[in-house]
Amino acid sequence: MERTKGRKVVKDKEVGDGDLCWWLVHKGIAASFLCIAVFALLVRVAISLHPYSGAGNPPKYGDFEAQRHWMEITLNLPVKEWYRNSTTNNISYWGLDYPPLTAYQSYFHGLFLRFFHPESVSLFSSRGHESYLGKLLMRWTVLSSDALVFFPAVFYFVLAYHSGRSNGHKTHIAWHIAMILLSPCLMLIDHGHFQYNCISLGLTVGAVAAVLSNKELVACFLFSLALNHKQQVFHCGLLQMTAYFAPAFFSHLLGKSLRRRNPALEVLKLGLVVLGTFALVWWPYLHSMEAFSRVLSRLAPFERGIYEDYVANFWCTTSVLVKWKSIFTIQSLKLLSLGATVSTCLPSMVQQIWAPSNHGFLYGLLNSAFSFYMFSFQVHEKSILLPLLPASLLALEEPFLLKWITLYALFSMFPLLCRDKLILPYIAVSALFVLIYYVPSGRQDRKEMRSFNSFFTICLVSCSVVLHIVYLTMHPPHRYPFLFDAMIMLLCFSQFMLLAFYTNAKQWMLMKRSVLLDKEKKLH
Amino acid sequence: MSDLLWFFAISTCLKLLLIPSYHSTDFEVHRNWLALTHSLPLSQWYLDETSPWTLDYPPLFAYFEHFLSIFAFLIDPQIVDLQKGLNYTSNSVIFFQRITVILSDSCLLYGVYRLTKDLDSGKRILIWVLVVWSPMLVIVDHLHFQYNGFLLGILLISLSFLEQGKDLAGGFFFAVLLCFKHLFAVAAPVYFVYLFKHYCWCGLVKGFRRLSVLGAVVVAVFAVAYGPFVYHGQIQQVLRRMFPFGRGLCHAYWAPNFWVFYIVLDKGLAFFLRKLGFAIQTPEASFTGGLVGDSSPFAILPQITPLATFAMVLLALSPCLIKAWRNPQPGMITRWVTYAYTCGFLFGWHVHEKASLHFVIPLAFVAVQSLENARHYFWLSIVSCYSLFPLLFEAQEYPIKVLLLLLHSIITWLAFSAQFTKGEEAKAAARIKKKDEQLKLKGNSSRADKKEGFVIGGVEKSYLVGLLVVEIWSQFLHPLIFGDKLPFVPLMLISIYCGLGIMYSWIWQLRWIIRSPNL
Repeated sequence: MERTKGRKVVKDKEVGDGDLCWWLVHKGIAASFLCIAVFALLVRVAISLHPYSGAGNPPKYGDFEAQRHWMEITLNLPVKEWYRNSTTNNISYWGLDYPPLTAYQSYFHGLFLRFFHPESVSLFSSRGHESYLGKLLMRWTVLSSDALVFFPAVFYFVLAYHSGRSNGHKTHIAWHIAMILLSPCLMLIDHGHFQYNCISLGLTVGAVAAVLSNKELVACFLFSLALNHKQQVFHCGLLQMTAYFAPAFFSHLLGKSLRRRNPALEVLKLGLVVLGTFALVWWPYLHSMEAFSRVLSRLAPFERGIYEDYVANFWCTTSVLVKWKSIFTIQSLKLLSLGATVSTCLPSMVQQIWAPSNHGFLYGLLNSAFSFYMFSFQVHEKSILLPLLPASLLALEEPFLLKWITLYALFSMFPLLCRDKLILPYIAVSALFVLIYYVPSGRQDRKEMRSFNSFFTICLVSCSVVLHIVYLTMHPPHRYPFLFDAMIMLLCFSQFMLLAFYTNAKQWMLMKRSVLLDKEKKLH
Repeated sequence: MSDLLWFFAISTCLKLLLIPSYHSTDFEVHRNWLALTHSLPLSQWYLDETSPWTLDYPPLFAYFEHFLSIFAFLIDPQIVDLQKGLNYTSNSVIFFQRITVILSDSCLLYGVYRLTKDLDSGKRILIWVLVVWSPMLVIVDHLHFQYNGFLLGILLISLSFLEQGKDLAGGFFFAVLLCFKHLFAVAAPVYFVYLFKHYCWCGLVKGFRRLSVLGAVVVAVFAVAYGPFVYHGQIQQVLRRMFPFGRGLCHAYWAPNFWVFYIVLDKGLAFFLRKLGFAIQTPEASFTGGLVGDSSPFAILPQITPLATFAMVLLALSPCLIKAWRNPQPGMITRWVTYAYTCGFLFGWHVHEKASLHFVIPLAFVAVQSLENARHYFWLSIVSCYSLFPLLFEAQEYPIKVLLLLLHSIITWLAFSAQFTKGEEAKAAARIKKKDEQLKLKGNSSRADKKEGFVIGGVEKSYLVGLLVVEIWSQFLHPLIFGDKLPFVPLMLISIYCGLGIMYSWIWQLRWIIRSPNL
């Protein structure tokens, strides 16, 4: 039945000259997802041919070596030793500082590596291991995690998201899938720079899909897993990298539960699932307070500052004017950033508690991720992946937003990718994104957006293109060696700020619209 | 055109990403040609032996390399240094050469544009998907390294002129193509018969005039290409370089063609006769050892000479030539040329597995014409793409080639079934409407009609499953069971299996050509 309906939709729109991808969609969502997924995998493999962070750069190397070292540690030491400094585990050399789920993942990937190439994960002797096969196997671990976690999650999300919308044109769904799977930043960071963001983001997407299909308990489980995979910690508790989404999940699920017949019971159930998942993941460290607090202390990067390098967030950008680091102590900076983060994501939380809706939930994810990126403590340039994810999930509603944030997120990571010698994939993948974004398939609703503020847009785009070229070709003046980085940061920050305002406003407007709808319903 | 550019741009992005991947010795071959055409005078091009990779393409390709070497010199003079550049693998040379391949693909783009501009949009998009996103071109040109996209582009331009009835231009471009790469000459008999009958066969005076014009054009092209070498008295040297018959019947990796079966039959016979007690000498030269000398590599069956292969090709071509003579239609020329390249591939002397590109790419233009052709193409393109797998033997490229083939088969399947169910759907919809009117019943959906869509036959399907088995055996089970012993068996298995497939395709094409009506 589903299929015949799909075929009719295609026929109704009987594709004219403009639609290049009519062949892609006529077999239903699953077939087009498969096709796009294989293409996305191919692009990922192709990116992984390029260098990774810290390739051939002793003694510390980069993220690649960190991940490999974790595999080495988790594989060769008992669970309780993983986070402990000892003669066999030198914490100062890429000590494990991610939550236990990452450690387990490293363990399993380590098993895979050991099976094919034992030297690449042997204790001590494998430091800085960079053999052909070793590198390849490492790349394949990311690839397989992407294919096994992120892709199925996206498929689940697409099914959940589009099952409620009957008016969607099939090519739009295909376009939406492509926008999520071919997100350039994620591909460059995971398969170029080398990280495993696909796992935590995949779990988050799965949780979002579960929320959309009203399976709150599953959502809680998946999201707790995501929290335990990648993180960033405050002195005052666990606020993780994926915690960027926590306020949105929390407020939406709370808001939803409050509307049920038995709110207390609902909240209790959700809380139990979260606690249970956490307990499961942290099990090996729960036997003593000491072991638990040791892991916690490993997760807290006390020694680091409020920002790193030139990240386009509030603290780093305003530090041009206000020297935060010299005015305040670390302790007060932490409080300050916590306060700023919470207060900026409060509006979106309130909206979700007040009137939870699937739509508002996605905006809420975006808003809370934005406020964390802007104001929280110790943000990387890679953290922009987190606001990007809900933006790509919202691609059909906010195509312009997605384009804008993707391009500027890419740009904000440009200095990082330059250091990793990933300029060629940077160019190719951004071109691919723009091409697929503007696929000549007649997404009519985009046309109006294109004329919107076109002069302004052209100015900004040309500005950033010029900055790219300047960054690559010119040497900055001696007095300001990071002048160009700072300029890139300023430009990106201004754009992110605008977008954050826009999405916050949008989320509240949604409610107005729904209130209006409710009133209309009542009138009728 | 802009839509075609979109397809092309997508594949260009992928090609750019593939720049740092593995490249074969052909990369160094072309680099050496850049160097020798840049630093030596023309009279030395075909004499130079600084590197083992001597120039063995026709002169126009040498001129082309000379043209590229101008830019190469600007970018990094070491690329074009005859001595210092040997086995040079810095980033500059890799980027330069890879990007020349990507840019030269614009010739293919133009060829595809010319051939498809008069088709309806559905078929046009289908062809773009098949040709512009061809996994075989990516594997051979952008991973292995060659300039096939560029050369095939010239072939497509020539075919497009013929299809439009502009025979003179078609002949001109074919002559140009022959002066770029002589391996395309297999289709020359077809071209000759077709042009003679279609262009020159119109009364004695007019026909003679046309024949002389056509002859003059072809001779002019050849004169431009070979003239300088004739002037230097080197034409024999050039020809010796271009036709190295000493290289033996088969390439180191056997192309999946007819001779594979011949060799296997010989080995099998020798084995059995030895078992029966006959004294069979083991031939000195062996096919599995790589290089083949002058001695006969066969134990029992007669030695194959280049002349014999030539006769075989002509024999296989003859039905097609007769058809072309009897009824030279512009609509059939692509099919005939494709068939000619298939014959050349199957029976030719020292055929490379890469030569399967010569018929798979033009066949895409035939494939969209009918459902049967589409089924055949779907199957053939998978088989011949698979037969290229041994070109990329390193682990790093393994997922790339597998994903390319997988993506290609999914896309082709989706595209063909979309194209060939569209018509059916319209019919079915009309039928349903009638039914609704008569019975006032909805939901009697048209399941039965779906059967008529794009489904491949049982034999083909089981063959493709067999392909999977062969791949799993040769990649995983063989090394697991035999270790490093018998390293040639997986390759042999792939050649034999793909050889079967291509033989089948040849017979299919032959049958189609014979059956096609004489209008």
